[in-house]
Amino acid sequence: MIVDRKHLLSSVEMAHFVAHGSLALEGVVPDVLNDRAIAVLETGLPAHPYGTLLDTVFPAGTFVRDLLDLPTVAGAVQSLVGPHPAIDHHAVHVRPPHGGEAQPMHADAVLDTRVDAFDVQLMYYPRAVTLEQGGTLSVPGTHLRRINESAIGRYQNLVGQTRLVCPAGTVVLLHHGIWHGGRRNDSDVPRYMFKIRFNPTVRQLRLWNTDDIDDPAVRAELSTALPWATGPEGRLELVNRARLWRELTGDADFDIDYYLTREQLRPQLIAPGATDTRLGGGRAADGWGL
Amino acid sequence: MTGAPQPTDSDTDSRTDGVADSFSTPSATPHLRQQLVILYLATSSLDSAVVGWTRYDGTGRSAPTMGDGDEPLYATGLDALLAGWRLIQMSQLMPPARGAEYDVSYLPHEFLFERLVDIGS
Repeated sequence: MIVDRKHLLSSVEMAHFVAHGSLALEGVVPDVLNDRAIAVLETGLPAHPYGTLLDTVFPAGTFVRDLLDLPTVAGAVQSLVGPHPAIDHHAVHVRPPHGGEAQPMHADAVLDTRVDAFDVQLMYYPRAVTLEQGGTLSVPGTHLRRINESAIGRYQNLVGQTRLVCPAGTVVLLHHGIWHGGRRNDSDVPRYMFKIRFNPTVRQLRLWNTDDIDDPAVRAELSTALPWATGPEGRLELVNRARLWRELTGDADFDIDYYLTREQLRPQLIAPGATDTRLGGGRAADGWGL
Repeated sequence: MTGAPQPTDSDTDSRTDGVADSFSTPSATPHLRQQLVILYLATSSLDSAVVGWTRYDGTGRSAPTMGDGDEPLYATGLDALLAGWRLIQMSQLMPPARGAEYDVSYLPHEFLFERLVDIGS
């Protein structure tokens, strides 16, 4: 399925994703689908081998396919991972009332070395999530940091973290590397979440609607300061965002601030005043014992 | 190889028993327990801003956990000292690996504090 261009993400939205590692589509799923979701999620969904094509895992007419075919959802997914992505895996998470312990903070899977590609995780909440229900905690902007799963379990709280509170029918799209964790459900109602991890099957190059690529808001989004990275770490984050934006746009000269450009300033032109050939002509041992 | 005496089974048992016995000695401060605070700071300077925090409670009276607050415990690491916490470790400044100078990973500026709490009161 190819999504109409008008439903694709804008460059500003893509820049937001590159800076934050997440994009929330609040309340985009209609109640008629949300109501169908509960029975489907409580029954469970069949598993497939990693990397099975979307059409195989979620055939036309199934609940999940109807969810993914919503133009807003389909446009966002295609903008991030391209058309016809593979399904890495999917999982239903139901937290019973007053149930469960908070997960340690982690990134999913294992340390991921990719800098020129990424997976996207879709999280769908068919019911409203309150603070008491312990929605997913995530830390915006942590997705480019190379850590190994719950090795970051020592981090309980970071400035700028977000504890998800959302209306029914919300879809959140996350970069695979984002630091997050499920919180304990302290409410009287179960919390439902359905997760799908997508693998790209095409190069992630200009997959969104780039009509606004020159909008100053793009650079503003990419330059977003993160509360947990106010010091020198924040500058490294800008470097890594610029590197990812280069991959996504194909613009090998793109930079934020002047960090990547300055590093390449190693001119090879020899200035006319530097041509005294008597220098640099000595033997290797000159100067020893003379 | 010299003829150094080799430990016998009974020697090994004796040393093992000694360790167990020694570590069974009652604490000289049985009423004290450790509470820990780990602060992650914006730079390597102790008086820079707190960007992350973690607590462990050796009294068993509470169980701090992931996502249990949005407001930092202290504005800076120095503020923790002013509140009576004792700094017991800070992370070293590690040079980046050559070729990976721009890579980002774990939070680099970690400061570990403790205080002793009287659980008898």
